[in-house]
Amino acid sequence: MINLELPERFEGLTQLMRAVSTNVLRPISRKYDKQEHDVPVELKVIDRRGTAAAAVRPDATDKSPDAKPRNKNGAAMSSVLSIEQMCWGDVGLMLSVPGAGLGNAAINAVATPEQKERFGNCYASMAITEPASGSDSGSISATARLDGDEWVLDGEKIFVTAGGRCDTVVVWATLDKRKGKSAIKSFVVPKGTPGMEVVKLEHKLGIRASDTATILFTNCRIPKDNILGSADVSEGGKREAFGKVMQTFDNTRPGVAAMSIGCARAALDLTLELLGDSVKLDYAKSQWEASSIEAELYRMEADWEAARLLVLRAAWMADNGEPNSMEASMSKAKAGRVGNAITLRCVELCGSVGYSEETLLEKFARDSKILDIFEGTQQIQQLIVARRLLNKSSSELK
Amino acid sequence: MTEPSKPLFDLTLTDEQRLMRDSVRKFAQTEMRPVARKYDEAAETPVDFYTKSLDLGFNAVQLPEELGGFGAARSPISNMLLTEDFAYGDMSLAIGALSSLSFINTVLDQGSPAQQAALLEPLTRDGFHPAALALTEPGARFNPKQLKTRATRSGSDYVLHGEKTLVPFGSTAERLLVVAELEGEGPAAFVVSPKDKGVSSARESFMGLRPLALSRVTLDGVNVPKAHKLGEDKPFDLDRLLDLCKIGNAALATGVGQAVLDYVRVYCNDRIAFGEPITNRQSVAFMIADIAIELDGLRLLTYRAASRAEQNLPFRREAYLAQLQAADKGMKIGTDGVQLLGGHGFIREHSVELWYRNLRAIAILQGCISV
Repeated sequence: MINLELPERFEGLTQLMRAVSTNVLRPISRKYDKQEHDVPVELKVIDRRGTAAAAVRPDATDKSPDAKPRNKNGAAMSSVLSIEQMCWGDVGLMLSVPGAGLGNAAINAVATPEQKERFGNCYASMAITEPASGSDSGSISATARLDGDEWVLDGEKIFVTAGGRCDTVVVWATLDKRKGKSAIKSFVVPKGTPGMEVVKLEHKLGIRASDTATILFTNCRIPKDNILGSADVSEGGKREAFGKVMQTFDNTRPGVAAMSIGCARAALDLTLELLGDSVKLDYAKSQWEASSIEAELYRMEADWEAARLLVLRAAWMADNGEPNSMEASMSKAKAGRVGNAITLRCVELCGSVGYSEETLLEKFARDSKILDIFEGTQQIQQLIVARRLLNKSSSELK
Repeated sequence: MTEPSKPLFDLTLTDEQRLMRDSVRKFAQTEMRPVARKYDEAAETPVDFYTKSLDLGFNAVQLPEELGGFGAARSPISNMLLTEDFAYGDMSLAIGALSSLSFINTVLDQGSPAQQAALLEPLTRDGFHPAALALTEPGARFNPKQLKTRATRSGSDYVLHGEKTLVPFGSTAERLLVVAELEGEGPAAFVVSPKDKGVSSARESFMGLRPLALSRVTLDGVNVPKAHKLGEDKPFDLDRLLDLCKIGNAALATGVGQAVLDYVRVYCNDRIAFGEPITNRQSVAFMIADIAIELDGLRLLTYRAASRAEQNLPFRREAYLAQLQAADKGMKIGTDGVQLLGGHGFIREHSVELWYRNLRAIAILQGCISV
């Protein structure tokens, strides 16, 4: 039965996350925007295991008579909902909650049971991007070579979210650059391993509470079984490793889209508060009878709602085991662009107050920009959607 | 007994909805697409078409058993899906085919039990019996909250004066539901026939929706018996009608938008320029990706509004937002559809110009298709 309302089972979770946002994140939002590289110690009160346990809950299966027995609202749905609420609080701080990063997502998705035992509780960041390799992650140059029982890593990684604060880095490197994507593998490197060095923390437009690191690997040796997936570099191996890690993004893209709708909602809520009695949203009134500022608010609400529903759909498909690569990208494309547009418009609508550091609107407008960029830019999402829709290979539609 | 818990998020159709969807989609492909252009040129639709559409059985599903229906519960979701799938075939023919159902839905929602029997009975007989809503009034800046059509009391009857535009079956309908301002009492809806004394209708021509042969209907001192005032002594809920029609509009735009998407996918993949398919270029491919993304967003907004209506949850905001995206994104899809075909899109050989003209109506129609 078609129903786009959320079941009660998520209410406790979203309320909890909203409370964390209101009571823990918002009060320190401006502080860590200013103190860019300080570790937000206040986040220690967020029990990482508790939050994770609340976020990942067993699937609920629909038992009503006319529902397909397989309908589930599970981990993917609860994950996007909690991310949305946390990012209503603060995107940068949310990214700074230990264990919430992409590295952990990759480990959860690909690790063997033995590896999960070793790395399951770590705080792992993900190191993919290089100075000369951004969206085309198939072109990376960091190398890994086997020397006896150890992998030896060399190369430079940039834009590593939480790279300074994490205790573990999942790093992508190629076993043989001539063999293309099939030779790209990911490796788990604990902090403190000789040869791995955090050399720089970036100064950014937004999400300043979250650290973004440059990490240098120089003759960095790790045990042979720290590779995620197989070491096979044949075509089959490509699907095995690179494809699998890329699939991590199918799972995390709705999450980034959820960040965007959380941040945009924060901007909308604050805007409505600042505008106060000067606007009145009356959905019984014709849009042409609304003031121009109200008309703009209606449009933003509509775009916001459409983006949110695309996120929920992608999560619902994931919970029900349906392939959702295209839908995940659709949700990120729409949420990324409307989230950015909404936060920017909210600053505009509130004038000097919106532009001022006395409120958080200008910060939301800076934070939102990255959400249309990381884990696949707007244009990469369009590319994924277009290739799927038009049945194009990456050599046809470049 | 504990309260029944809220259902899970779900995008799965019921078996009945899936069966209906399959037949309507087939009907849209085989019975609507091939004739859409012809009827657009003729600015007319033969009654045969509507009679054939009735074989799908949609009018009877939610009619009470006493009236020869199946007595299924009112289902805005099923009606919304029906509207989307018909519009995939052709928006004008969809409105024509669903016009009587909109009348039925409104009478079921707001008519007294006696009225339901009396007003709907003629529509349940064999054959096609057109009925329509008549809400919009001529002139720029029409506002449904400030109706110029007036009803006054005359003994126990009512007298109507005014003008309505964009009325489907304006001269042939067996039932028209005219919405008017009842003096001193607010909006009210009256069932009239084009044959009633004082009712005249004249064909109008619009940019699109031509197969509908829309009319302007003039009411000049039309006498309406008390029994034909919908809801009798109960006030008419105009907002509910407007909200349900917003969902109808959004479903129409979704269906037409899907038609555009499916057409440009094939056309642009086949179209060669500079030695390769134009879809090998990002500027073309990304436009198509954006059509798909905005279309799915619109579809989900529409589904949400309908599902809230079905569960008797407040749905005013959701219907409003769906209508807003339908008007904005629907027209954007329409204009991009023509753009993607270049000069060929401007030629009437291709349907994209027809969809473009029809999609312009989404922002204008009010009180058209009620789900």
